[in-house]
Amino acid sequence: MSTRIVITGIGWVTPLGHDIETVWRNLLDGKAGASATERFDASTFPTAFSSQVKNYDYRRFVTRQDCHEGVGLNTAFALGAATQAWNMSGLGAFAGLKTERMGIYLGSGEGSLDSDNYFATNIAGWDEAKQAVDGAKWAATAFRKFTPRKETEQEPNQPLNHIAMELGAEGPCYNCLTACAASTQAIGEAFEILRRGDADVMIAGGAHTMIHPLGVTGFNRLTALSDRNESPATASRPFSLDRDGFVMGEGAGMLILETLEHAQSRGATILAEICGYGSTADAYRITDIHPEGKGAAAAMRQGLSQAGLSPADVHYISAHGTSTKQNDSIETKAIKAVFGGNPQAPFGGAPPISSVKSSLGHLIAAAGAVEAITCVLAIRDQVLPPTINYGTPDPACDLDYIPNVARKTRVDVCMSNSFGFGGQNDSLVIRRHA
Amino acid sequence: MKRRVSITGIGLVSGLGTGLDEHWQGLMAGRSSIGPITAFDASGFPCRIAAASPTAQIKDFVPKSYRKATKVMARDIELAVIAADLAARQAGLITPGTHDDAAAAGRTYAAERTACHIGASLIAAELDELTYALHKSAPNGQFDIHHWGREGMQSLTPLWLLKYLPNMLACHVTIVHDSRGPSNTITCAEASGSLSMGESLRVIQRGAADCGFCGGATARMNLMSFIRDVFTGRMTVENDHPASAVRPFDVSAAGTAVGDGASILILESNETLEKRGGKALAEVMGFGASQSLNRANRNTSPAPDGRGVRLAIEAALRDAAIPAGEIDFIIPTGLGHAPSDQAEAAALLAVFGDALAQTPVLSPKASIGNTVAGAGAMDVGIAARCLAEGVLPPIMNRAHALPGLGATRPKRAPLYALCVSSGLCGQNAAVVLKKA
Repeated sequence: MSTRIVITGIGWVTPLGHDIETVWRNLLDGKAGASATERFDASTFPTAFSSQVKNYDYRRFVTRQDCHEGVGLNTAFALGAATQAWNMSGLGAFAGLKTERMGIYLGSGEGSLDSDNYFATNIAGWDEAKQAVDGAKWAATAFRKFTPRKETEQEPNQPLNHIAMELGAEGPCYNCLTACAASTQAIGEAFEILRRGDADVMIAGGAHTMIHPLGVTGFNRLTALSDRNESPATASRPFSLDRDGFVMGEGAGMLILETLEHAQSRGATILAEICGYGSTADAYRITDIHPEGKGAAAAMRQGLSQAGLSPADVHYISAHGTSTKQNDSIETKAIKAVFGGNPQAPFGGAPPISSVKSSLGHLIAAAGAVEAITCVLAIRDQVLPPTINYGTPDPACDLDYIPNVARKTRVDVCMSNSFGFGGQNDSLVIRRHA
Repeated sequence: MKRRVSITGIGLVSGLGTGLDEHWQGLMAGRSSIGPITAFDASGFPCRIAAASPTAQIKDFVPKSYRKATKVMARDIELAVIAADLAARQAGLITPGTHDDAAAAGRTYAAERTACHIGASLIAAELDELTYALHKSAPNGQFDIHHWGREGMQSLTPLWLLKYLPNMLACHVTIVHDSRGPSNTITCAEASGSLSMGESLRVIQRGAADCGFCGGATARMNLMSFIRDVFTGRMTVENDHPASAVRPFDVSAAGTAVGDGASILILESNETLEKRGGKALAEVMGFGASQSLNRANRNTSPAPDGRGVRLAIEAALRDAAIPAGEIDFIIPTGLGHAPSDQAEAAALLAVFGDALAQTPVLSPKASIGNTVAGAGAMDVGIAARCLAEGVLPPIMNRAHALPGLGATRPKRAPLYALCVSSGLCGQNAAVVLKKA
């Protein structure tokens, strides 16, 4: 008899809002978060726009402000999302909570560089004759420019640290950083920790921003970003023939997971159940995903098998759907390999699929958690969010992508996919709790 | 019923040497690898010492066909790949990384049954490469972001970002050894390596893989990484006597020193190990993880009462189903940073009580320095070797131990070991090993 794991709280901070209902309404209405980048002067960059979180102040969410002064933006997003999920779960009012049985598993990214000071320090340290940075010159500027707290707050386990301090978690705590798959993996691993009895409650999710000069530089050099500077809101167009790259987003998504027994013992409202998780590595190339999507398909199959479900049981797939040439066609291929085996059924039997990255942009490490939350809401409201900006069909992407308009339908079982640079593949299966 | 798991390969790279044997000899001889920093001019820093840079060259540790890919490896990645190669060879694994024609030789484990969990740090960009590009966008010494966006950034190689993603350690190891099972990258400072090992352990226990690469790697000898280390306030300033500057659990402990290092272990299920006729170096009996809550300093060190550290140790002992009194020696984090050491000592006292006075507490960091994500599995590898040899290396730099930590010799031929890793930001992990 294996332990069942349920979701009792959700929270997010995204470019389309800072609370569950606002973001969800905006996703269903087909809104887009992208606009000209304001965080820094990106006007001459190949990509001058991004999907930014705006008018956000984490301080209205936290109760231990003294621990959080000066946190990075990624941690600020994490705190807002985690406290929303926490408040929804009602755990704060549960007298029987054992903090050593409550852990955290995040897939959070590193904090943003202190860019202006970083650039200035490096340039001041440059020794033209040696064509190298001189350590003594560099240090002389560095100790004047850098702030210790800003540097320490860039550690990738700081979002986790701050959530622990805010909510009092003392159980198993991890941060994983598997690029764009990180927070899906974090939810999956948190699910495994609960299943094996190492904790009763896990806070799982992710937070990230790479909207800073070197973050955008890195992805622009990889030519992974859309450069549709004239129309940011329609730049992210997953599965369309004319897609030209992803749109950088930022934010956080957090879920409260509990064993069913723990949730029932305190009379918690159960939002949904996590029933399957698959995780594989492509072991193929650092730059490319496996051309047949073998690792991706294997992760999906693992998730279904653990859930004890067949492909026909799945009503919706929240795709990784980045809007890059490579991802969307290979993901389609992998989905068809797993779900498309019925020649009699429309789309070979593959369920409807959408990518909320069309609306939110790509939240990198945080993307998977936000997408898992959309699955929970789809089950709650029996409605599927659309892939917006869907235009010219791509012959290589020939499934039902829920183009442009949300769809009311029966939704009991969802799969959420995330794939990361380096060939990391993760799939979650989320179902209605019954 | 959980499957039993053993360590079969130990790959270590640090200032003390390349491979387990060089580490063992160095530790037994009481040798320190800590000395003046030579990787850069450190004269502007309050701390100017660190562990020696490992001498191992990446090209000697990858198949010829993979040499081109080493161009996109930060040093952290190189160290992980080197340590993985050492570990796989010690375990006698046949993989595409250890054999040119692994398929013909007969792979030890199927790709899908091999896991990979590697801890990593925030990887700092190589400053010479980056600044060469940046300075071209600073005609008057002032960085011009418009110039950078228009043309400056083009000086960076297209794959620049991929050198610095923390998951590239695991990514390259999975490609070299064709490991396609569960894989993860844990970024929890000094706890990363042990937490990663715990993840591989659980994956094998639950039957999702038979074999796992696990551990971690860090390269600290970069100005940016180093200033971040200095900013934590944990570093020694005793620059004039490097070999004795790091004194874990000594009453005079006054700071730690960092170093580049990697440790990758091979874990295998006892069942498949027996089937292939391989040799266990030690059995992994228990694992536990926890979080410290020292809000006063945001978990720069664990809370003085050591509560969080204690929770991890107790969880590992419970998991191993042995009483604390069975533990013959302990390798804690032992940074040599007084508040961290005192908190760990408090946790050990709380768990072991009077028995601690008969239980040696080792501290390899006096010799190797703090290799951060490389440290946790390194301590486990050293503990496994101690169990196999039946002896412990001498305790270095501890003339006056903290109260309760006096033991230098084990009470019997060591049978059980405990390793503890506590990191910046509060994550803790504990591992219990048994002699194979």
